[in-house]
Amino acid sequence: MLILECPYCGVKAEETELSPGHEAHLKRFGPGSSDEDFESYMFARKNPKGVHFERWRHSYGCGKWFLAARCTATLEVFGTYPAQTSEPPPDIVARIKARRPEWEGYK
Amino acid sequence: MKRYSVFAIAREALRHHTGWERAWASPEPKPSYDVIVIGAGGHGLATAYYLGKNFGITNVAVIEKGWLGGGNTGRNTTIIRSNYLQDPSAAIYEKARSLYETLSQDLNYNVMFSPRGLLMLAQTHHEVRGYMRTVHANLLQGVETEWIGPEQVKRLVPIMNIHGPRYPVLGALLQKRGGTARHDAVAWGYARACSAMGMDIIQQCEVKGVRSEGGLVTGVETTKGFIGTKKLAIVVAGHSGQVAEMAGFRLPVEAVALQALVSEPVKPCIDVVVMANTVHGYMSQSDKGELVIGGGTDSFNNFTQRGSFHHIEETLRALVETFPIISRLKMLRQWGGIVDMTGDRSPILSKTPLGNCFINCGWGTGGFKAIPGSGWAMAELVAKGEPGALAAEFGMDRFREGRFIDESVAAGVAH
Ligand SMILES: Cc1cc2nc3c(=O)[nH]c(=O)nc-3n(C[C@H](O)[C@H](O)[C@H](O)COP(=O)(O)OP(=O)(O)OC[C@H]3O[C@@H](n4cnc5c(N)ncnc54)[C@H](O)[C@@H]3O)c2cc1C
Ligand SMILES: [Zn+2]
Repeated sequence: MLILECPYCGVKAEETELSPGHEAHLKRFGPGSSDEDFESYMFARKNPKGVHFERWRHSYGCGKWFLAARCTATLEVFGTYPAQTSEPPPDIVARIKARRPEWEGYK
Repeated sequence: MKRYSVFAIAREALRHHTGWERAWASPEPKPSYDVIVIGAGGHGLATAYYLGKNFGITNVAVIEKGWLGGGNTGRNTTIIRSNYLQDPSAAIYEKARSLYETLSQDLNYNVMFSPRGLLMLAQTHHEVRGYMRTVHANLLQGVETEWIGPEQVKRLVPIMNIHGPRYPVLGALLQKRGGTARHDAVAWGYARACSAMGMDIIQQCEVKGVRSEGGLVTGVETTKGFIGTKKLAIVVAGHSGQVAEMAGFRLPVEAVALQALVSEPVKPCIDVVVMANTVHGYMSQSDKGELVIGGGTDSFNNFTQRGSFHHIEETLRALVETFPIISRLKMLRQWGGIVDMTGDRSPILSKTPLGNCFINCGWGTGGFKAIPGSGWAMAELVAKGEPGALAAEFGMDRFREGRFIDESVAAGVAH
């Protein structure tokens, strides 16, 4: 069972209380962008086997979107953080590096 | 390869079963091949088989990191049907279903295809309209399906409660030629036939890298060393993203867990496959008597081959309303597989940015039924370098061009 701590209300929510929103930190491309950029924004996904950054919504709690760093190969959770960031914050990155020395960093 | 037959059984009975040979060889890899297929699931093995059978290409290796059929092929609930809405899907799934009808004879291996009939229950008015539309579409596509009313459903499946308080049964789409097959036997049958054609099935050998030069693949790095090849077919389902990354491109695919479970064995009580898409549950009875049950996917990216318990609870809760007699059954086993979901929930059979590399993936929750048709179409793509009619619409450039094959809306749950 996956348990994530909502960074807004501090509740340790288990997954039936949450809705997943898939890959975080996507760079948005709209009208006027190239076909390649638009396609990769819409469809191409990192889908890593290992460290992953995702959007989640605390649907049956405070209702807010937040972000989580998680390992898709072991289901270990590295931490959660507010959605108003364009890349993973340094404390989360440091925690992942401590747990996964071979991790190549956020790309 | 010695053929299996009634005479072989008699002969072996007389000499105490000492003459059976291994179904397939386990060779060490050669330095290079004409074609390497990565992934010995049903789709990879069928690709190799039809490369040999339809195109005479037999200098082929199928490379598997675990044991053959140990991926989703050996974990699925074996529903076979072809009642899809969109023309390209109906064409490839119907090709597959029709190949299943004679697959045991073709492979000389009993895959236990059982066309026992398949019901898709309509439990909301929206579904009634949706399935009637599918029946009309199938009529035009030459796929035999029909619409039946609730009384007829009850006659086919007496254990069903059609007056459920939340989800009454309002009718169903019936595909009489749909059914099930033995999943392992499909993988084993293809493997044996490939081995008999002189192909190498190399198990316990993981592909770790794809080597290329000037836009063309030259071979693969594996745990058994480098193996050269003139053409490469990537057919690895849940790990498609990882292998595509080795080859230098990214896919519109995400991996999630899908679970299934079986009950303790009971006497025969249901002789068709029943799918209930509104409540996300489906059920059939195996030859051993177990009820084989599945539901929807877990929703987050996951490579662990296990899913979340609350999904099982949801599936069973829904099925108990429709089949009250299962409420006291004990569940024996539960497991998960990692399924590869594309942006439009339809598969990819495609050329790639590397000229001699092809990919087959994205069958997600519903590719067992497609194995023979997919292998047939993939073999043509690999042999000719261009897709034939069956594969043409499934290229991955459809995501750039907006030509989606939108079955997710049409099928709800797609097993
Ligand atoms: C619980 C469950 C129920 C399902 N129910 C149904 C159903 O009722 N009907 C239906 O039609 N479909 C169903 N499906 C879907 C179906 O199982 C799949 O679509 C189908 O089996 C995919 O076959 P495949 O050959 O592409 O993949 P797989 O059988 O997964 O084969 C891929 C192989 O590639 C290998 N591989 C991966 N990476 C590497 C590497 N780097 N090097 C070497 N080898 C590698 C894997 O080990 C694996 O053996 C279900 C799936 C699940 C999980
Ligand atoms: Zn909250």
